[in-house]
Amino acid sequence: MTSDSCGPSSRLYLAAPDQLGLLSSGCGATCLPPGRCTAGPTLLGAAPSGLPNPLTSCRLHQHRPPSSRPLLWARAPSALDMRAGASVSGTGSAGERGSPGLTGAACGHRGGDWRRERVRRWERVRSRAALPRHGPPVGPGSPARARPPRAAPQRAAVVRTGLGEAGTRGPWTRAAGGPMRGPHRGPGPLQLLAPLRLLAPFRSCPLEALRISGPGLALGSGVPMQDSGFSVLSYVAGIAWFLALVFPPLTQRTYMSENAMGSTMVEEQFAGGDRARAFARDFAAHRKKSGALPVAWLERTMRSVGLEVYTQSFSRKLPFPDETHERYVLGEWGVPGPRKHLEGGMVSGTNVYGILRAPRAASTESLVLTVPCGSDSTNSQAVGLLLALAAHFRGQIYWAKDIIFLVTEHDLLGTEAWLEAYHDVNVTGMQSSPLQGRAGAIQAAVALELSSDVVTSLDVAVEGLNGQLPNLDLLNLFQTFCQKGGLLCTLQGKLQPQDWTSLDGPLQGLQTLLLMVLRQASGRPHGSHGLFLRYRVEALTLRGINSFRQYKYDLVAVGKALEGMFRKLNHLLERLHQSFFLYLLPGLSRFVSIGLYMPAVGFLLLVLGLKALELWMQLHEAGMGLEEPGGAPGPSVPLPPSQGVGLASLVAPLLISQAMGLALYVLPVLGQHVATQHFPVAEAEAVVLTLLAIYAAGLALPHNTHRVVSTQAPDRGWMALKLVALIYLALQLGCIALTNFSLGFLLATSMVPAAALAKPHGPRTLYAALLVLTSPAAMLLGSLFLWRELQEAPLSLAEGWQLFLAALAQGVLEHHTYGALLFPLLSLGLYPCWLLFWNVLFWK
Amino acid sequence: MAVTDSLSRAASTLAAVLLLSFGSVAASHIEDQAEQFFRSGHTNNWAVLVCTSRFWFNYRHVANTLSVYRSVKRLGIPDSHIVLMLADDMACNPRNPKPATVFSHKNMELNVYGDDVEVDYRSYEVTVENFLRVLTGRIPPSTPRSKRLLSDDRSNILIYMTGHGGNGFLKFQDSEEITNIELADAFEQMWQKRRYNELLFIIDTCQGASMYERFYSPNIMALASSQVGEDSLSHQPDPAIGVHLMDRYTFYVLEFLEEINPASQTNMNDLFQVCPKSLCVSTPGHRTDLFQRDPKNVLITDFFGSVRKVEITTETIKLQQDSEIMESSYKEDQMDEELMEPLKYAEQLPVAQIIHQKPKLKDWHPPGGFILGLWALIIMVFFKTYGIKHMKFIF
Repeated sequence: MTSDSCGPSSRLYLAAPDQLGLLSSGCGATCLPPGRCTAGPTLLGAAPSGLPNPLTSCRLHQHRPPSSRPLLWARAPSALDMRAGASVSGTGSAGERGSPGLTGAACGHRGGDWRRERVRRWERVRSRAALPRHGPPVGPGSPARARPPRAAPQRAAVVRTGLGEAGTRGPWTRAAGGPMRGPHRGPGPLQLLAPLRLLAPFRSCPLEALRISGPGLALGSGVPMQDSGFSVLSYVAGIAWFLALVFPPLTQRTYMSENAMGSTMVEEQFAGGDRARAFARDFAAHRKKSGALPVAWLERTMRSVGLEVYTQSFSRKLPFPDETHERYVLGEWGVPGPRKHLEGGMVSGTNVYGILRAPRAASTESLVLTVPCGSDSTNSQAVGLLLALAAHFRGQIYWAKDIIFLVTEHDLLGTEAWLEAYHDVNVTGMQSSPLQGRAGAIQAAVALELSSDVVTSLDVAVEGLNGQLPNLDLLNLFQTFCQKGGLLCTLQGKLQPQDWTSLDGPLQGLQTLLLMVLRQASGRPHGSHGLFLRYRVEALTLRGINSFRQYKYDLVAVGKALEGMFRKLNHLLERLHQSFFLYLLPGLSRFVSIGLYMPAVGFLLLVLGLKALELWMQLHEAGMGLEEPGGAPGPSVPLPPSQGVGLASLVAPLLISQAMGLALYVLPVLGQHVATQHFPVAEAEAVVLTLLAIYAAGLALPHNTHRVVSTQAPDRGWMALKLVALIYLALQLGCIALTNFSLGFLLATSMVPAAALAKPHGPRTLYAALLVLTSPAAMLLGSLFLWRELQEAPLSLAEGWQLFLAALAQGVLEHHTYGALLFPLLSLGLYPCWLLFWNVLFWK
Repeated sequence: MAVTDSLSRAASTLAAVLLLSFGSVAASHIEDQAEQFFRSGHTNNWAVLVCTSRFWFNYRHVANTLSVYRSVKRLGIPDSHIVLMLADDMACNPRNPKPATVFSHKNMELNVYGDDVEVDYRSYEVTVENFLRVLTGRIPPSTPRSKRLLSDDRSNILIYMTGHGGNGFLKFQDSEEITNIELADAFEQMWQKRRYNELLFIIDTCQGASMYERFYSPNIMALASSQVGEDSLSHQPDPAIGVHLMDRYTFYVLEFLEEINPASQTNMNDLFQVCPKSLCVSTPGHRTDLFQRDPKNVLITDFFGSVRKVEITTETIKLQQDSEIMESSYKEDQMDEELMEPLKYAEQLPVAQIIHQKPKLKDWHPPGGFILGLWALIIMVFFKTYGIKHMKFIF
């Protein structure tokens, strides 16, 4: 009924820009009849000028005795509205639009939560009407008095100012009311925001505030709704921005920035295809015979092609030593990987590497060509090609950098051992023999994985440990040689779209981009190049794929591409530094630079910021209310014993959830033996199941903290906790997004809505479901499904669960073996933070 | 039979004596020949050849410089009169698949490194400071003669530079650059110190024309490989060596110079047309307004060679006074009258005009009063709206 009358009024204000508090006209244009504009002052002239802006809602309830608060919440607002309307419309002019109470109720019909504030506000206004003034007097002729009712310009401003101000007006408007309360108050923290008060232009006219309290407050309480509207907008903008990244203005063509590698103008003379195949056959045969890496054969062969050959032996105790762990060790494509040679959790192996010394240069720089070998017979063609390339490179005299040909055992474990020994560090507790031969600083590395004599395409992997990426120039180099050699090259296993102008190209690019985001977010080293990146060695992995396509390339084509790349890398004079280090790839020849993708996560984090600001304002004003001088006559309120949101109420949930996180981080690995003794599970299963058990146990947290926390201020308690949690989450996500955009973005996408919505009122079941669905573990499960979906290999539910368990074990394992940070980040950072929101949701 | 007249006393140069010893009967075409003989007033030739860039991928710049070195040396300027500055040693770079060579043509057709290269300033000695010191002669006393430009006011100097440049500068060594104004001032200093008779400046770099547009000293002819706003492009990609071997402009200059021999009568106008846009892609530029002779009378060998002129004649030639020779040559070149006045240093040319030949366009900026007024209006509206008493709530 009366919502109709509110609608046109806002439009009216939209049409009249001078209504922003500049003129005194138009006070009747809101839901109120115009007659009250003049009636107000005479009716309530005794009101203190220090009365708050009616929009400053939350402060008001502080002045009631604390005992009355729950009652107020429960009270039916309609009756109060009636009273408000009746007292306000003393001149009898309110009848123009029907009953004033109805007017108020209708205009305030914005949301259940705000209604009770309106009620409180009205009570406050009534109680304050008799108070002596505290603030500066507002004379009858003061400009503020003649202004239109609060609500009207409020709405007008919201309509007029659009995005930039609409969301922020609510809190700031309330903030502006704060310092005006009287001379007794010291400066509040919000005075830091002093210039922003310009955005809160309508300093309260108390008389009008009283007069219009019913509908005005109702309208004012609509502002937080605008806030959430803005939050929704910001969230949608973040997602939309991310989706828009694949379209040409945002995605750019890659280009070679490094002068020294400017063109593909080198002559590839590699012709050792037969030799490579022979080497590969011999290698496979020897490995089958010995069952492990044929070290002696490799040494002999490398020496025969003219390299300086060294070996390195290493051993590593895995955190959960059981053969069942292999069940959970993921291979590269998400299928359980090859069995490792484990005896009691110890992995030991030998790396073999040969150095080709640059004939006319000092051994100050080097390049690495590495082949990681598992324990089965894959990758023998890569070893063959490596040896054939070494033989060919040995015949050239133009090398200015040493070239290291490295064959590692146990895939990445061997690579990690070799890298640690080469750089003389020990970051993961690897035991290894020191390296006998060195070749200067490694400038770039290429890892090669080939399992067949012919390939149909080459897939390139760039994502490294913790989402690190090599310099984009290295990828550009690979891309140019792909084009030169006419090779079919893929990224994330996806063919490259040719046409970026139509919709198909970008859509295909979006799949590739999402796959890259998922892989980067996982923080796994996707190939042995991923471990090089930690040492600031630009590296990528090339995988030969042999599918059912008709046209196949032999080893010569792959070898020529590698030769060209190495020859160009040999021309390098400095480390690769000219091009981007932080980028996303929707295709091999397209990239999105950091400046263009960061706004996506910025928008998402803005939601948290807005929510936190809103909560802060509410809390702040609540605190202000408490500081009201007790000496003032009238219904002064006995001060609560503390601020109510004292440290004690926050420390307990924070500590408990952090402790849960710590338990999640430490206990699974620590308690695996206990678990295996008491339950019929193997260690790896024990770890995973303990992980899940502790994770689920965290959900029982609210009931625990409830007993710990004193319940003196239930409402502000959860607000303060949520504020802290929001800031905590925003800080964490911000830091993560800066170092690993993909992880930060994925987490922000999932966690932000639930975090922003969580509160102990309203549809709690819905919130709880949402929160559980967006918890880190559920996120991981969802990512796995999405990943396989994008790879066009969809998972069934059971497979998905198996993969999920495998991924959990893999995450813990890679944290311990390579130092991947995803597990500690989730368990020590995001899980406790998420628990805080869970706590907020079940606050009592 | 020899008739000596009063003119013989005026003739002081050996060439003049030689000429004068042959008879007094001077036909008019002989007079012309004699004028031709004296048309360039130089007695010695110098060359300063500079490559300013390091690194293997700048192989072509070293090849550029070495190819000019090869030409001037072949045409007669000895190593003692060549100051060769090479910022990097490509012949011995470990990346060079053909050690001890620098090729200017693909398929190893022309090795410009040769057997006998005397590099005077090498690698990190090639700096802007050293270059300017060489030009202006402000060199520490300990500097060996091979590193000095010991020219005088009868010297024709060829200055060739190549490297990476931009609008108004040329980069040296990745760490510093020389601007066109510094270069112009150095040439002026050379002129004032009578360190050259005529100077030919050639630069092969991107936006090369910007380097000579600020010159204001007389007797300078300048050539550049590209106009302002243009890139100079490379030529001769060689997959075996793995880099571009030369830049286009110098490549065609070298092809042109290979055809020159000490007796060639090819003049500067031919050099100007050596690399049309169809070949160079960029547009080569030249500047002759500071030069006092017509380019068509300037032989290539006046700068690129050290050609001693010997003409054998049986005729007797009456030589005019020095001043008359000058006068006649100026008339021939249709020079302005004011240039007939004895040359004064620094004022002889409209320096100010040359320096300010292209006034820079200033970016439009709203007048200060307008901005002030805008602020005043904002503040006025604010106070009108809220009143002064609200100030304390703002601050």
